[in-house]
Parts: sequence; structure tokens; C-alpha cells
Amino acid sequence: MRVGVGLPNTVPGATGELLLAWAARADEGPFSSIGVLDRIAYDSHDPFVSLAAAAAVTSRVRLVTMVVVGPLRTAAILAKQAASVDALSGGRLVLGLSIGARREDYAVAGMEHRDRGDRLSDQLLAMRSYWEEGRTGPGGSRRGPPILVGGLSGQAFARMARWADGYVHGGGPPRAFAGAASKAWSAWTDIGRPGRPQMWGQGYFALGEGSIDDGARYLRDYYAFTGPFAEKIAAANLTTAQAVKEFVRGYEEAGCDELVLLPTVADLAQYSRLADVLS
Amino acid sequence: MRIGVLGGGPAGLYFAMLMKKADPSHEVTVFERNPPDATFGWGVVFSEETLGSFRDADFETYTEITDTFARWGAIDVRYRGRTVRSRGHVFSAIARKRLLQILQDRCRRLGVGLVFHREVGDLSELGDVALIVAADGVNSLARRALAESLRPAEDVHRTKFVWFGTDLVFDAFTFIFRENDHGLFQVHAYPFDGETSTFIVECPEETWRRAGLEGATEEESIAYCEELFAEDLGGHSLMSNRSLWISFVTLRCDSWHQGNVVLLGDAAHTAHFTIGSGTKLAMEDAIALAQALQRQPDTARALIEYEMERQPIVERFQEAARESATYFENVRRYATFDPLQFTFNLLTRSGRITHLELQKRDPAFVNRVDGWFSAAARGEPSREVVVAPPPLLGPFVARGVDVTNRVALSPVGEDDSIDGSPGPALRKRLVRAGRAGPGLVVTELVAISAHGRVTPGTPGIWSDEQAWEWGEIVAAMREGSAARVALRLGHAGPHAATRPKWEGTGRPLREGGWPLVAASPVPYVSRSPVPEELAAEAMPQVIGDFVAAANRAAAAGFDLLHLDLAHGYLLASFLSPLTNRRSDEFGGSLEGRARFPLQVFEAVRDAWPEDRPLGVALLATDWAPRGFGIDEAVLLARWLRERGGDLVQPVGGQTTVRDNPPYGRFYLVPYSDRIRNEAGVPTLVGGNLTTSDEANTILAAGRADVCLLDPRLYDAAGSSDQAPRS
Repeated sequence: MRVGVGLPNTVPGATGELLLAWAARADEGPFSSIGVLDRIAYDSHDPFVSLAAAAAVTSRVRLVTMVVVGPLRTAAILAKQAASVDALSGGRLVLGLSIGARREDYAVAGMEHRDRGDRLSDQLLAMRSYWEEGRTGPGGSRRGPPILVGGLSGQAFARMARWADGYVHGGGPPRAFAGAASKAWSAWTDIGRPGRPQMWGQGYFALGEGSIDDGARYLRDYYAFTGPFAEKIAAANLTTAQAVKEFVRGYEEAGCDELVLLPTVADLAQYSRLADVLS
Repeated sequence: MRIGVLGGGPAGLYFAMLMKKADPSHEVTVFERNPPDATFGWGVVFSEETLGSFRDADFETYTEITDTFARWGAIDVRYRGRTVRSRGHVFSAIARKRLLQILQDRCRRLGVGLVFHREVGDLSELGDVALIVAADGVNSLARRALAESLRPAEDVHRTKFVWFGTDLVFDAFTFIFRENDHGLFQVHAYPFDGETSTFIVECPEETWRRAGLEGATEEESIAYCEELFAEDLGGHSLMSNRSLWISFVTLRCDSWHQGNVVLLGDAAHTAHFTIGSGTKLAMEDAIALAQALQRQPDTARALIEYEMERQPIVERFQEAARESATYFENVRRYATFDPLQFTFNLLTRSGRITHLELQKRDPAFVNRVDGWFSAAARGEPSREVVVAPPPLLGPFVARGVDVTNRVALSPVGEDDSIDGSPGPALRKRLVRAGRAGPGLVVTELVAISAHGRVTPGTPGIWSDEQAWEWGEIVAAMREGSAARVALRLGHAGPHAATRPKWEGTGRPLREGGWPLVAASPVPYVSRSPVPEELAAEAMPQVIGDFVAAANRAAAAGFDLLHLDLAHGYLLASFLSPLTNRRSDEFGGSLEGRARFPLQVFEAVRDAWPEDRPLGVALLATDWAPRGFGIDEAVLLARWLRERGGDLVQPVGGQTTVRDNPPYGRFYLVPYSDRIRNEAGVPTLVGGNLTTSDEANTILAAGRADVCLLDPRLYDAAGSSDQAPRS
């Protein structure tokens, strides 16, 4: 299993300078990829722009969206942004997509919340056509970046198996990942796709004295829309070296191909502490 | 800390006791609306595992509880006049009343405040407390007061049940099935002390009405049940204790706490009584909450930890309980089962106990079941054997074809045929699958015509050259393998002319496509070309293609022909109301929608050799609103059986890309179960089956006849890591 690290692009207070320094460090470090999240109505940096900047200061790591909420953009804009980051990074983009969970982002973006699942399905087909036909450019890859799809509904698994290259899980204990991965596998087989889906997982961390409360505060705020569930997400934040190691081991056993650990505190020391734990 | 506990049931008392014991400075008070000696229900059951937690949590009450336990290790199933006993299940039970006495006494000794006859109408009545623990049962006041943030959801079950006691002391956990003119009744009975047993009677709501039990008094209900179960009671009587007929309600809550109020046991969750775990879960909750509060000085954090620890465990029990309740709701389906198979099916109903687990508990019983299974598979009478083969190694016989075991494999197609000619890569896949040891190998889709291919790489059998090549493949598969070979035959219909599946499904070819036909002009994906409606005049040609293909498959030496009426292909497009909008005789009712597929089936059955079986991959559900459903599939399976169908494989979805398939463990098995046991036709089932234990369990329980194991089981090393990127 490969392990990646998130950029704190949705952690309030993260400066552009921090994101660039973080990305540059990650390119040297033990990580295989850097991941970004996507929010509109939240104090955060745009995922594609962040990855484009990261592309400029890195040469090795893969750049992954974990995930971008597809239907917040039109298919053509999504195709263009993704292909641009892919071209700028020399083909290092992995495009994780899902329908997202927050109505507010749809409202602020001015996009319909209804039928978002159908629209994401259509985007998956439309983007491939745009890339293949070279209609939106930039020139280069005709196949486009590998696509991951997330979600926990039967529709999401079927969508993944029909049109994506792999599955991206939304977080939780290894047991939850294993359950979702088994469903992703059975969808893939059911649809009759040859090969196997790539399996990506994610988890949150905040390491070091004094950062536990900051991390919890951020997660409670970020997931406030889930009501009481936000507390559980905050409580599951990985706050010790032992918890991180156990989590990584659990994901590996559950059949994860690449696990991306996402920061909850916008401080470069977080990066260093995680790198220390994993190196 | 000042703690107020609502409800003096086992969970409330146990929690109060544990907290007070941990720190005598806690001020703990339990409020109970009933008197100390009032209790409803009879005995409660615990597993060994739960007893272990009791021992660790409080040795004193553990000793007292286990002192008065009834313990036994057998489960009896009385069905069709026979009793089948299975051993090795460890159960312990205690009278609920006795359990409460033990806990009350311990609470008193430790100094927990016990307030009886006190109905709390509002949480504010508890005054200034740091923590309110709501152990006030399924009608919890606290949960109702905080419903907005706890988000409870209730699911009312379709059967009626009543909770009696009896002075007959059973020597096993006993399931009794009795049928009269009103319907089928079942009993769950178990002893809980030296004099008394719990005796729960359950039946479908319609049966309950027919029996006139709707308006019956307790005495009338007792009289009715005593008469119905006279033989089982052997002169003993039933006793009531507010024994009313009710429907079970499964309760779930998004959250179990809000502020300083936390739910415990039935107040937070219920699981159907047929897996008997209500009190067990409630008392385990009490232990977990008390431990979290001791471990974690921050109460808010402790409540979160308690919830995070217990919620997933409870959800797994609720899932098992749902399976168990569904089994009992549909138990009539198994009315023709041999009592041995009936018992095995009952014991494995919830998915928690498998063939392997039963073998550990009672090897002799499983050996009897396996012996019966393999004898029945050969059509021989059951006899005692020292060691019986596991069910998946039993033969499956259909017409003149003897399949040596009940495992089927079907390698995933890789779209590597050229012009329909199967080709060397496909040949290699099939030979390899055959040598992996299954009884049956099923090919990927083989098209009846060039236009019936899904992709340009789909193999076909429309020419003599292709048939010759298939013959070579079948001959190669016979070497070093006893596997029978089935050809899956079909026409892609609205799924035709798409790109290789490496690139995903339903993506139209950029060039080199061909016209699509379907029941109606409904595309599979919005971006697909719109298929042309298959005209009635063009049907004989399609039937002719199917017949010609069947003749070639017979000549090529295939043992079984598997006709594809699923996967959203041409014949399935007629079956589903979502893709069949025709107003002629081939649309409308199920009879109309099934007309053309059945015409194809009949023509193929006529052409296919009489002594070789004909199977069908059958659309079982669209997994979409207003789509084709399992009730229609059962009817259709019956019609197929009447027309000479020998094996039906339920397949879901792929009619529309807006489907919502319930992928997960055994997701196709319930469809197989219904088709096999309601339409009376053998079934082949696949869908996420990956272990021999799963297959043995499904086969022995009579939920399917052949298991299609997931290709990843043997193919883990044979696949590439990543889709190719050009």
C-alpha cells in the first residue's frame, strides 16, 4: 500500500505559502501522493488551482482530488481543469469525484442539487469524450487522468464500476473501508469489467501536543452539516503515532492500494510529524 | 457526579451499580415507574461472551446470576412431526425477575438510590444532575423529548407475537412449527429456571386475524395456543403476564446522546427477538458506558466514545436480526424441505452461523446434513456415513448431465475476440478456469450474431468456423478437467456496439458501430445511440439466429446452454417495463413482455438436445423504481421451468444506469432463494461469493443449487494492477 498526504487546502488559515512549502516537502518525503479536498462555501483554496500550484513545486508525487464534487461544475469546465492540471504536472493527476454531501455548496455555486447523481454519471462519460476529441484541450493525453469515484450508495458503486478506474472511500475505520471495498469489488465484477478497481482510502490526523483541540475544532466545523456525526468524526481524528500506525496497518490489511492522510491543522510541523511517524 | 437513571430494568440497574461501585462518591439514583417486584416477560438469554463481560465488570453479581442460571447446549427444531436436535450451542438464561432482584440488591448494598412508583414526565424533574441515563425502554421519554437531534427511526415488522410462560421445562432452545386451517404458527421456547420456560408464539398478521386473535382476551389467546400446541405442551399450561399480541418494532437512532442525556439499551435500539439479544445488548451498553465514563474525565467525550464503541456492534446485531425476522416471515417457502435441511436453514438464517461454525459446534449434525445432501444430490436415500463430503463437493445432475461438484466459475470477458472468433486468449482463460476445479465453467456472453455483440471483442457463434473453434476449446477443456462447460448465449440489444469494457461500459464506439435493436427505442446510457424497436416481422430472424447458434453450440460439444435473459441485453429489454414501451402483444403485462423471450426459449429448447440441460440467466430485478421485480421473476422462472428450463441464475440490474444495486454480502442469494423455493427450479447463484464456507452454507440451506464463485477467488494473481493508460 502506498501512503499519501493531504494538503491543508480546506483548513482555514492555510496560506498559499504554506501550501507550496507543504507540497515541496511532500515531494521529497516518504509520500506517494498529495491530496486535496473541495469546498465552495467554506474558507478554502480551490482544489485544481492548489494542485496546479503544487505541480509547479513537485516532480514526483501524484496529485489527487479526494474528492472534487463533480456536479458543482459543468462537465466541460471540469474536463478542462482536470486536463490542465494533468498536463501541467506531466500526467500526475488522479481525479477523485463524487456528488458531495453539502447542499450549501450547490446553493452557493448556483448548481442544481437535484439529479446530481445523474449529472455526475453523465460527466464521467462527457469528460472522456472531450478529452478524446480534443475539444477542450489542452492537447496531450487523449485518455485523460485516471478517475476514482466515491460514495456509499449502490448507485455510487455502480457508477464507479461502469465508468471509473477505481474507488475512493470517504474515511472511517479500516472495517468501514473493508466493507466499502468489498462492495466496490462486487460492483466491478457485476458490471463485468476486466481487471480490478484501484482502491483509495483516507483518514484525518493532528499530531503533537496542543494540536488535538485545533484538529477537533476544525473537523466539528467542517462536518457541522452532519449534525451529531461531526463529533464522532472529530473523535476519530488520529492524534498519536500509534493511532496512525494502527490505522495504516488496518487499511493495508483491508486491501487499500493508496491511503491519503489529511491534515486538520494548518501548520508545516504537522507534515514533519507525520513524515516522522511513517518513515 | 450526580447521575439520574431513568428506568429500573437490567440496563439501568447494572449501569447504576457499576458507577457507584467505581466511585462511591457518585450520587446515583434510579427512577422506576413500577414497583420493585413487577416484571414483564419471562426469561432472558445470554451467550458465553456476554457472561465473560459480566464476570469482568462485577464478579459479585456474576456469581449470583450464574448461580441461578438454566444452561443448555441444544437447539431442537420440531417440524413436520419430526424433531431435529443440534448440539454445541451454549445458552444460559435467567428469570428476568430474578435478575432484577440480584441487581436491585447489589445497588442497595452499594448505596444507589432506588425510587420506585415514580413516573418521570419531564427530564427537568431530575433536577440538577450532571448526567441523565435514559434506560427507559423502547418507549423512552428521553428519546422522544430529544427526537430532533437523536433522529430515531422505527420499522414495524409484519408478524404478530405474544410472550407466554409455561410450566413445561424444555431441555433445549426449541423452535416449534404448527400449521392449522388459519395458517402457520411458530414457537420460540427456552427454559430459564428449574420450573418455567419462555414460550413465544409468532404468526403472520393474516393468520392472526383468521384465527380470531385480533380481539381475543388473554384467556382466549392462551386457550387457542394451548389447543394448537397441545402435543408439544404435553398437558402443561401456558401462563400470561400482560401477554398481548404485538408487532415487533426495530428502532434505530442516528445518535444516542444529546448534551448530558444518553440512551441505553432498548431506548436507543432494538433487535428482533428471534435472535434473542435485547437484554444482552442493553447490559453490554451499560458496561461500555460505565467504562467510558471512568476512563475519560470529560463526560462529553466519554459519551462519544461509548457511542462509537457500541453503535457498530449493535448495527451488526440489527442486521442479523433483520435476516432472522425475514426468515421467519417467509418460513412457509421451505415447507417442502426435509427436516434436516429445514433445520440447517433455520440455524444459518441470520448469516452469523455458517456451515463451518456449525461444524465446530456439532460435527455430527453437520455430517448428517452433508450426508443427506450428497445422497439427495444423487437421488439416493439418506444413510449413515462416517464422513460426508461438504455440499459444494456434491454432484448436481440435470437431465443427462452429471456435474461433479457445485462450484461454477465464469472468467470475466476481456473483449479480445476478433470478428466473433473466440481466439487464443479466451481459450486460455477457459482452460485455466476448468483446471481450477469447478464442476461447471460458464463462458462470457457469446453473441448469436455480429450485431448481437456488446463490443467488437465479444465472441460469437454465428458461423461454422466459430463453432469449429469452440469445439476445439471444449475439447481442450476436457483434458485435465472434469468440469462441464456451459455457453452463455445472447444478443446484446441496447448494450451493443460499445467499446471494450476496459474503458468502462455503455460507451458507444467512435467508429465501426452498427445499428442497435431493442424492445423499444430506449438507450442504455443517455449518450448511446437510440436502438431501433425490434419489429414483429424481424423476430423470426432473431429466433432463427438463436436456434442456429444453439445447434452450433450442441455440435461444438457444450454440456449446457445458458440463455441470457438479463444484463440489459435484447431479451431482458423485453422483460423490463423500463425498456419495453411496446403497445403490441410483446409489451404491457408480464405475459406480453415475456412473450418474445419465451418464444426464443421454446425454440432453443426444441433445438437443444433433449438430454442436455438448458439454463437461463434471468433478470431478477431492475433495482429501480417501477422496474421489473422479483415477484415477476418468480412467475417467469416458473414458466421457464414448465417449458423445460433446468437451471435459473438470478441477475440484477443493468437495465438502466439509474439503478441502485444493494452490493454487499450475498446480495443475489435472496433472489435465488425465492426463485428456487417458490418457482421450484434449481438455481445458480453468484454475486460476491468468495469462500467455500459461504457456498456450503448456501447449498446446504437450500438457497441455491450451484454457486458461481467470484473470479477474484482464483484470479487474484492473474489481473493487472491498473487499467492501461495511454
